[in-house]
Amino acid sequence: MDDLLREFLTESSEHLDTVDTELVRFEQDPNNETILRNIFRLVHTIKGTCGFLGLPRLEALAHAAETLMGRFRDGMPVSGASVTLILATLDRLKAILADLEVAGTEPAGSDDDLIEALDRMSAGEVPAAAAAPPPPPPPLPAMVERELKPGEVSLADLEAAFLAAPGPEEDLPPLPAPAAMPAAVPAPAPAPAAAAPAPAAPAPSPAPAAHRPEAPAPQAAASEGEGPAKVQTIRVNVDTLEHLMTMVSELVLTRNQLLEIARRHEDSSYKVPLQRLSHVTAELQEGVMKTRMQPIGNAWQKLPRVVRDLSAELGKQIELVMLGAETELDRQVLDVIKDPLTHMVRNSADHGLESTAARVAAGKPARGTIRLSAYHEGGTITIEIADDGKGLDLAAIRRKAVERGLASQADVEKMTDAQVAKFIFHAGFSTAAAVTSVSGRGVGMDVVKTNIETIGGAIDINTQAGRGTTFTIKIPLTLAIVAALIVRAGDHRFALPQVAVLELVRVDPAAAQKIERINGAPVMRLRERLLPIVTLTGILGQDEGEIQSGFVVVAQVGRQRFGILVDEVFHTEEIVVKPMSSKLRHIPLFAGNTILGDGAVVLIIDPNGIARQVSQSAQAGQIPVEAESEETEIGEARTTLLVFKGGNGAFKAVPLSLVTRLEEIDASKVEWLGGRPLIQYRGRLMPLVVADEAIQIRSEGMQALVVFSDGDRAMGLVVDQIVDIVDERLDIEIAADRTDLIGSAVLRGRATDIINIAHFLPLAYDDWARGPRKAAARARTLLLVDDSAFFRDMLTPVLKAAGYAVISAAGAEQAMAILSGETRVDVVVTDLEMPGQDGFDLVAQMRRAGTPSAELPVIALAATVGAEMVERARRLAISDLVAKFDRSGLVAALAEIDAPARTAAAA
Amino acid sequence: MQHANSNGAAQAAKETGATHEYVTVFVGETMFGLAINRVHDVFIPTGITPVPLAPPEIVGLLNLRGRVVTAMCLRSRLGIPAQGAGTAPAMAIGLEQGGETFGLVVDGVGEVLKLGPDTHEAVPINLDARWRDLALGVHRLDGRLLVILDVDGILAFGSDRPAASAA
Repeated sequence: MDDLLREFLTESSEHLDTVDTELVRFEQDPNNETILRNIFRLVHTIKGTCGFLGLPRLEALAHAAETLMGRFRDGMPVSGASVTLILATLDRLKAILADLEVAGTEPAGSDDDLIEALDRMSAGEVPAAAAAPPPPPPPLPAMVERELKPGEVSLADLEAAFLAAPGPEEDLPPLPAPAAMPAAVPAPAPAPAAAAPAPAAPAPSPAPAAHRPEAPAPQAAASEGEGPAKVQTIRVNVDTLEHLMTMVSELVLTRNQLLEIARRHEDSSYKVPLQRLSHVTAELQEGVMKTRMQPIGNAWQKLPRVVRDLSAELGKQIELVMLGAETELDRQVLDVIKDPLTHMVRNSADHGLESTAARVAAGKPARGTIRLSAYHEGGTITIEIADDGKGLDLAAIRRKAVERGLASQADVEKMTDAQVAKFIFHAGFSTAAAVTSVSGRGVGMDVVKTNIETIGGAIDINTQAGRGTTFTIKIPLTLAIVAALIVRAGDHRFALPQVAVLELVRVDPAAAQKIERINGAPVMRLRERLLPIVTLTGILGQDEGEIQSGFVVVAQVGRQRFGILVDEVFHTEEIVVKPMSSKLRHIPLFAGNTILGDGAVVLIIDPNGIARQVSQSAQAGQIPVEAESEETEIGEARTTLLVFKGGNGAFKAVPLSLVTRLEEIDASKVEWLGGRPLIQYRGRLMPLVVADEAIQIRSEGMQALVVFSDGDRAMGLVVDQIVDIVDERLDIEIAADRTDLIGSAVLRGRATDIINIAHFLPLAYDDWARGPRKAAARARTLLLVDDSAFFRDMLTPVLKAAGYAVISAAGAEQAMAILSGETRVDVVVTDLEMPGQDGFDLVAQMRRAGTPSAELPVIALAATVGAEMVERARRLAISDLVAKFDRSGLVAALAEIDAPARTAAAA
Repeated sequence: MQHANSNGAAQAAKETGATHEYVTVFVGETMFGLAINRVHDVFIPTGITPVPLAPPEIVGLLNLRGRVVTAMCLRSRLGIPAQGAGTAPAMAIGLEQGGETFGLVVDGVGEVLKLGPDTHEAVPINLDARWRDLALGVHRLDGRLLVILDVDGILAFGSDRPAASAA
């Protein structure tokens, strides 16, 4: 009986969950007979089983709910109130089941309130006489449903069986089995197996017989889901599956060993069967892996109900859209993300979506949407939770972060929006004005993040004011088998999960890539960025020494990027992750261990653990941790600069993004044409310009050049010596009164002139339409729109020197996105000639938008200015039209805008 | 398998009805006994992968017929100074606890002894505290003593050890 009860409990709670979901669907689609029939059947099964097991309280409740649903079937209109009532009943059923699970007996108590309400609801519109037909004989449908292959009995037949059977509750409404069983006997019984146990009904003994088939019967159709496809399933103990998985893993290992041996022997007689074995093993492995996979929809099952309840509680209209519910992932992973997902959906409903009134006022559809989607992407699964609400209140988050001492006011202001949004993952962080019963207690998002990270996943936020917030979660498909890079550090091999690996770089003191040290902390230059390095042996507490050569595995965890120095990299292998021994689980650097094909046990490195160690030492001032830069660059962000020596040993710098190449040429290759130095460079003539007057172009030896190019044109800037590449926050201190300099800044403790490349380009080509410009203003935010990255990079430091915080956009679309985002923009400088939507289009859009951007002052840059263009600009209230190379013009225009504060002056 | 001296013991035990069988192992000169029902395996540990940052008792991980076994050293568990470096662990006893397999690395494995209560003595109180916690008793055998070890006691370490060593 105990087993039976336990089985009943599992099954009933599953059924109830399904009914929850289905009811919400049904409420939206009351005419869908299939859904109704499905709900009806499930409730009915519960009722029937309760009868067998002698659980009168449950049965009476289920019965009352069933009766009401019977009315729906008979055509009674479905109202929100009635669905709410049924849902309340289901909750009560669940509560009783929970007690039952703990105590083993039904708790005492009365459900008269609910039953009465249900009865009243059912009696409401349909004459009482109709009570009989709907509820069919209890045990039959349950068995029919389970024992038949789908398709053997059509739904219509089932329905007929329902209707044909006498309504048992007329004889003995809430009483258990005896009455119910006989009803099964005369039933048409399309399934002999189902009918067989029935005759022996009266005693409790047949109950197991009648009940059990559903579990082990291999063909039992689990039609609960009424999902897109009816899947045949059986219920198998998880332990059995786990054991099977272990055995298959071992089979794989043995096979690998055999293959290894076979490779060494010439005897080919067993090669063919071995190959077959290999094949079969691979398929077996795949098959067993599949048994661990579950559709993500299982984790979502409860959400429609959750959202429905929330929508009632919060007084918002919410629609939940779920896409990709059939996407499969490992059971283990599913368990971990289930709660975080529910939490995030609750958050979206509570915080994300505005109230209906606010939505209507903002011109949005009254009904808010939460969109949940899942899809596969490589070896990972991506889950998105998006709402179309008001977006995160970044200003509030900034304020709160400062209040809570997470960052200083100055830091917070310099942070990009994406960085600010990340604060919500801090424990106890909540900006909700009021704590509601739904959320706002500030617990949760940190737990969500931790949960996701424990399974090697990552979470990201994208928020747009007034448009909504999207959370993107990336998690590995399975934890059991992962692709890993096998590396050697010191005397031992380790496995490094491939998900965290971005690339491999070979380092050698003699090669281009080498390890450098800052105060002993190893770093490496990787594409103009400094990458902090940890040596695997060092972090594992083994002898480190001064390792200089080997491979750097560039890894990324979250937004943190670092390099792991190893001695050797072997290959990638699909490894079966075995859990770490309980005695070793406290070591944060290992995620588990595995057995390789050669039989050796190898430890699996946990990149999360390493990342934590890296950042810990970084906090202690050891290693600069490189945080991935954001897409939208605010002027305050770091700039990578190329530092070189000009004449008289003065240090100069230029933004590295402007530089095309660094060259050292043989000085004898320099030719003079018409008094100008030129070299033949890549099959063309390239003019040379000296970085300052004090530099002499060498006549012998090697000459260092910094090559700039834009399109087909290239220019060589003659410098004395190339010194370094630095990545620093560019704080230009003195705006120099010289056209060849933007100003000077302190880089690495040295006063360095930042050269204005715009000054040199016209020296090389008279018609290079990239004009220098200067500006003067206060710390206001300027949006620079230009399709040429070159031009953007060139103007950014100039405008910064003029005191603006500069955001740049590569086109009209990006510009609009920034303008509608959270960042406050004070003035827009846009190029008029851009591919696709040009500057005029952009301004026209801005003026149309009806948002604050409609009033923003705009300065347009044009290569040529004609009367027609001036007229067009005037119509769009463009403050000023400036020639593209007219630096003083731009400065004057900006100054003019600044003077009368923010009036949108006409041109 | 029965040694001459234990015959008498077995005889005596028959009368009291409480004989126990022990697998004897050696660490240095000392002979220890492990309850035979806890011993799953006796094997020669090979291909041990050391685990950096692990507690000192852990020798490493090894592959025993497809299972990953955590090898731990009885010697260091008992606080006996390590033998000269380079001496390969000779034998290991396979133990199970909580679904995990452990390999207890010892210097040598002896025979299986069936012992009764007549030779059993309580743990002498002057024993090193570490040993006292791990020993269940002592059997007086001909010419030598057999210290009976508490298998669960031996395996009880490390789990609540702070992760200080990992820092």
